[in-house]
Amino acid sequence: MTSLVKTLASKPWLSGKDQMGEPVEVRSFHFADKKVGLLAFFFVASSLFMLFIVGYRLRMVYEDWAPLQEPLTLWINSGFLVLASLALEFARQCMKRDNLRWGRWAFNAGGAASLLFLTGQLAAWQQLSEAGYMVASNPASSFFYLLTGIHGAHLLGGLVAWARTLTHLQAGGDRAAAQSSMDLCAIYWHYLLIVWGVLFYLLLVT
Amino acid sequence: MAYADQDTGHHHGPDAFIWKYVWSQDHKVIAIQYGCTAIAVGLLALVLSWLMRMQIGFPGSLEFIDPSAYYQYVTMHGMIMVIYLLTAFFLGGFGNYLIPLMCGARDMVFPFMNMLSYWFYLVSVIILVASYFVPGGPTGAGWTLYPPQSILQGTPGTDWGIVLMLLSLAVFIVAFTMGGLNYITTVLQARCRGMTLMRMPLSVWGIIAATLLGLLAFPALFVSAVMLLFDRLLDTSFFMPYIVHMGQALETGGGSPVLFQHLFWFFGHPEVYIVALPAFGLVSDILSTHARKNIFGYRMMVWAIIAIGGISFIVWAHHMYISGMNLYLGYFFATTTLIVAIPTAIKVYNWTLTLWHGNIILNTPMLFSIGFISTFLIGGLTGLFLGNVAVDIPLSDTYFVVAHFHMVMAIAPVMVVFAAIYHWYPKMTGRMYNEALGKWHFWITFLGTYLIYFPMHYLGFEGMPRRYYAYEGYEFISASAYGLNQFITVAAISVGVLQVLFLINMIWSLKAGRVAGPNPWLATTLEWQTPDTPPCHGNWRDELPMVYRWAYDYSVPGQEQDYLPQNQPMDNGEPDLSTDSATGAAPA
Amino acid sequence: MALAIVLVLMVVGSVVFHFWSPWWLTPLASNWGAMDDTIMITFWVTGFVFIAVNLFIAYCVVKFRHSPGRKSAYEPENNKLESWLTILTAIGVFVMLAPGLVVYTDFIRVPKDAVIIEAVGQQWQWSYRYPGKDGALGKADNRHVTFENPLGIDPDDPWGEDDVVVVGAPAHIELDQPIKFNLRSKDVLHDFYVPQFRAKMDLVPGLVSYFWMTPTVAGTYEVMCAELCGVGHYNMRSSIVVDKKADYRKWLSKQTTFAQSQGREALGGDPVERGLLLTQQNGCIACHSLDGRSGVGPTWKGMYGSTGTLTDGTTTVADDAYLVESITNPGAKIREGYAPLMAAYPFSEDDLEAILAYFITLSE
Repeated sequence: MTSLVKTLASKPWLSGKDQMGEPVEVRSFHFADKKVGLLAFFFVASSLFMLFIVGYRLRMVYEDWAPLQEPLTLWINSGFLVLASLALEFARQCMKRDNLRWGRWAFNAGGAASLLFLTGQLAAWQQLSEAGYMVASNPASSFFYLLTGIHGAHLLGGLVAWARTLTHLQAGGDRAAAQSSMDLCAIYWHYLLIVWGVLFYLLLVT
Repeated sequence: MAYADQDTGHHHGPDAFIWKYVWSQDHKVIAIQYGCTAIAVGLLALVLSWLMRMQIGFPGSLEFIDPSAYYQYVTMHGMIMVIYLLTAFFLGGFGNYLIPLMCGARDMVFPFMNMLSYWFYLVSVIILVASYFVPGGPTGAGWTLYPPQSILQGTPGTDWGIVLMLLSLAVFIVAFTMGGLNYITTVLQARCRGMTLMRMPLSVWGIIAATLLGLLAFPALFVSAVMLLFDRLLDTSFFMPYIVHMGQALETGGGSPVLFQHLFWFFGHPEVYIVALPAFGLVSDILSTHARKNIFGYRMMVWAIIAIGGISFIVWAHHMYISGMNLYLGYFFATTTLIVAIPTAIKVYNWTLTLWHGNIILNTPMLFSIGFISTFLIGGLTGLFLGNVAVDIPLSDTYFVVAHFHMVMAIAPVMVVFAAIYHWYPKMTGRMYNEALGKWHFWITFLGTYLIYFPMHYLGFEGMPRRYYAYEGYEFISASAYGLNQFITVAAISVGVLQVLFLINMIWSLKAGRVAGPNPWLATTLEWQTPDTPPCHGNWRDELPMVYRWAYDYSVPGQEQDYLPQNQPMDNGEPDLSTDSATGAAPA
Repeated sequence: MALAIVLVLMVVGSVVFHFWSPWWLTPLASNWGAMDDTIMITFWVTGFVFIAVNLFIAYCVVKFRHSPGRKSAYEPENNKLESWLTILTAIGVFVMLAPGLVVYTDFIRVPKDAVIIEAVGQQWQWSYRYPGKDGALGKADNRHVTFENPLGIDPDDPWGEDDVVVVGAPAHIELDQPIKFNLRSKDVLHDFYVPQFRAKMDLVPGLVSYFWMTPTVAGTYEVMCAELCGVGHYNMRSSIVVDKKADYRKWLSKQTTFAQSQGREALGGDPVERGLLLTQQNGCIACHSLDGRSGVGPTWKGMYGSTGTLTDGTTTVADDAYLVESITNPGAKIREGYAPLMAAYPFSEDDLEAILAYFITLSE
C-alpha cells in the first residue's frame, strides 16, 4: 500500500534521468498471469455475491418475509464441499512434490465430492419444494433458490475447468499445464467454499 | 498461454482470412470487430432517435409511431447508446486496441478469452436486436427498466421484449467481464520493461480505471437483471409490492421497487464514469500530442481519475432524490455528488492549461478534442444543478435532464470517439484520413449538437417533462416551445444524417488515403513506435520495446526534436531535469 | 482562428439566448421560491465558469497556434496554480451546495400546521383523498381496493369513514395553507408533478411518500405524471384548483365521504352514471378520448354503432357483442392502427351493461 502511494506520488518526468542503464522489469505480481486473472475474477464474483447479500438484507425487512427452515441436507452438502476443497488442495501439494499418482487420485476425488455437493443441493431444492416452498412462495425461499443456484452455477463453471484438467492429467498429457490448472482449481474451490460458508451462515441465521 | 514466451518469439499471424479477421485472437482485430459492431448498432439507435424527434417535433406526421412504438424507441435508443455503443466502443474497442500497444505487450495475456469476449458481445447485440422480431416487440420500459412497470401489462414488450433485454444484458456482462479481466491482467503483468505505472499514458489509466469500475459495478446490473427476470418469469416478489393493476389484484406482493432502483443506480452511476474515464484518458493524450506539450499536471490527472472512480460508488442515489427513498439520504448524496465536481474540474483546468503555452496544431483530432472540452464543460456544469438536491427537485424528469446527460455522456464522449478514431486511424490502417472532410465533420457535429442541446435546457426550465409521447393540450407549455422542438428535430436529423461524412471518410481513405508512415503525429507513446504500420500480429518484431521515459516528453528544453519517444534511451547530453524544483517552473 | 471565433460567438450567443429566451421557469405558484433562488445561484456560478473556460480556450487557440519555429513550454505541473484552482473550485461548490442543503432542510421538514391530502396514482389517472371532520386520514392499503373502495381505505378503521374521496375530478386546495401531500400508487411508479409548484415526488406502490408545499397563487393548475408509467404516461392528467379559504370550504363540504360512497350501490340506479364512474375509476380515459382525438386506443366519441376496420382487414360494426368482447378479451380483435396493449377487464354483466349504456350516450 505504501509502495503504491509512493509510486503514485513519484514524478515520472524526473525519474529515469539518473538511471542510464537497462530499464527494469515491471510486472506487478510475480506469480502466473492466470492466477492474477483468477484473483481479479474473485474481485468481480465477490462484488456479485456481496450485492446479492445486500439485496437479501434489504428485502428481509419487509413484513412478508417468513424465515425458512433450511433442510438438514445442507449440512451434509457443506461437508462434501469441504472435502472437495481439501482434496484439491491435497492434489495440488502432491503435484508440487511430483507425486502424480496421489495427485491424480485426489483431484478426481475433489471433482466427485463437488458433484455430490451439487446433487445434494438439488436434493435440498427437491425437499423444499415438496415441503411447499416454491420459488415464488416467499421472498426467503426465492432467495434460497437464487443464491444456491448462483453459487452452484459458479461451481459448475469450475467443474468445466476441472474436466479440462483431467485431459491434461491423462498419460501423455501436458504435465506443466496440468499442474498450473490444478493450482487454479484448488484456489477457486477454496474461494467457493468461503462464499458458501458466508451464504450458508446468512441462510441459517435469518 | 499464447505469449508465455513474450520476450523471444517473432509471431507470424495466421494467414487464412477466416482466422485472421473472423476467429481472430489478435487484440487489434478484436478491437476493430468491437468498434464496427458498436457503430452498426449505434446507427440503429441513431435512427431510433430521429423517429423520436419526429414525433416530438412533428407529432403524428409519421403514422406508424404510436405511443408503444415511441416508448420502445426511447428504451432501445438509451440502452444501445449507453451500453452497447459507448461502453463497448471505449473498452472493447479502444481498450483492446491501445492497452497492449501502449504498454508494449504483444497482445492481451488471454487472447482466447479476448476473442470469446467479442463473440459474447455480438450474441448480446443479436439478442437485443431480436427483440424487434418477437410478439409485442422490444420493451418500452425506459432504459432504467424500473419495476413494476417494466414487467406489467400497459408497457410494451412485457411478454418477450423485457426477457430478451435482461438476457442480453446478462450476456453483455459476461462478455465485459471476460474483456475486463484481460485488460486488468495485461496492464498489471504484461507491461514492457521500464513501463512503470506512472509512465503509462493517461489513455491506459482512464481505460483501466473504467474497467475496474465496470468489474465492480456491472455485477449490480447483473443482480438486478436476474432478480427482475425471476419476478417476470417465476412470479417471485423481489421488487413487486401489493398491486392492484387495471382493476385486478396481483398474486405477488411485499417487495420493494426502490430496492431495484438502488441496485440499478449502484451500477448506473459508475456506468457514467465507465464511459467518461476512458474519454478523459484518450483526450488527454490527443491534446498533449497536438499541442506539442506535455499534459499539464500528469500526477494530478492520475489522482483525479482514481478519485473520480472511487467517489463514483457513493453518489448513486442522486438519481433517486425524488424516488420516495428516505429523504435524509439526500444530504449525503448531494454532498458527495458536488465533491466529485472538484477532481472533475481539475481535469478540465489541466486540459485547458495544456493548451496554454503550447504550439497548437488544429487538425481534426485536435478540433474534436477541444470540442470535447467545451461540450463536457456544459454537461459537467449542468450536472451541478441536478446533483444538488434542492435544485434537482424542480428540474428532475424534465428536458433539462435530457439535455444534461446527452451533453455529458453522449456528445462529449462521442467527440472523443471521433477524435480518437481520427487520431489513431493512420496507425490502424496505415493511411491518412481526409483532413478537409474531417474538419467539415467536426464543424457540423460540434455546432449541430450545440444547437440541439443548448436550447433544450430551457425547455426543461419551462418544466417540459421527458418521456412524453405527446404534449397536446398542456397549457403551461408556451406555444413557442413547440416551434423550438421543431427546430431541434430538424437540427438533430441533419447532424445525424451528415455523420455520413465520417463513414465516407473512413471507407474512402482505406484505399485512397495517403500512406501515413509509422508516426505521422510525431507522438511519443509506444503504439507509434511499432516496426510495422499497421502493427503485425504480435505488435513488435523480434524484440519488445523498452521504456526509458514518461509518455509526455514533448518540447523538452535543449532537445532539437520536439518529441522524445518513450523507448528512446536517455542521452548523456540531455539536461538533467531532476534538479528542477518540484514546481517544475517553465523555462522561458 | 475559426475555432476561436466560433467559441467566442458561442459564448456571446448563449448569453444572448439566455436573456432573450421566452422559455424560462413557469410562474411560481408556491412557497418554493427558494428553489428558484438556488437555481439562480447555480446558474451564475456555472455560467461564470462556462464563459471563463471557453474564452480561455479561444485565447489559447489564437495565441498559441502552431508556428514551425516555436517550441512549447515544458511544464509538467505547477502545484501552486493547481492548488489555487482546487481551492477556488471548492469554494464555488460550497457556494452552491450550502444554500441547496438549507432549502432541502425546509423541504423535508413538514410544518406542523400542514393539512394532509392524499394523491393516489394508477395507470393512468389521479385520485385524491381528504381527511374529513376528524382531521385525519384513515389507514389505507392496496389490499383493500375494490370497485366500491377504489383507494383501498381500511373499512375497519373508524378514522377513514369521514374521509373525502375525489375520483376523476380536480383536486382543490386552500390558498396560503401548507399542505402535505401523501402519495400512494396502486400499480406502478408515478410522480406527482405540477410545474408551478416546483416540488414533486414519486409515488411508489407499497409505501407512502410525501412532499409539502404552500400554494401562494389562486388558480387552476395542471397535474401530470413525471415518472414513466406505461403507454398512457403522457396522458395521465388531472388538475388542481387553488381556492380562497371560503371557496375551498364550500367545495369540500359538497364532496361525498367514504362512508357515504359505500352506499352507492343502492343509489346506482342510473346505469349511464354508473358506467361513467366505472370508466373513470379504471382509468380508461387515459387511452380512450371522449372528444374524438386518437390516443393509445380509439376514441369513444361516436364509437358505439360505428364501422371500423380490424388489423386483419375485415370490417366490423361496434355493436354490443363486439364491445363486450373488446373489454373482456381485448386481444381478440384489434382496430387497425392500434397496438394490442389493453389488459382484459372482466367486469360483471351489470357493469358491462352500464358501460354500454354510457357508450351510447357518447354516440348521440
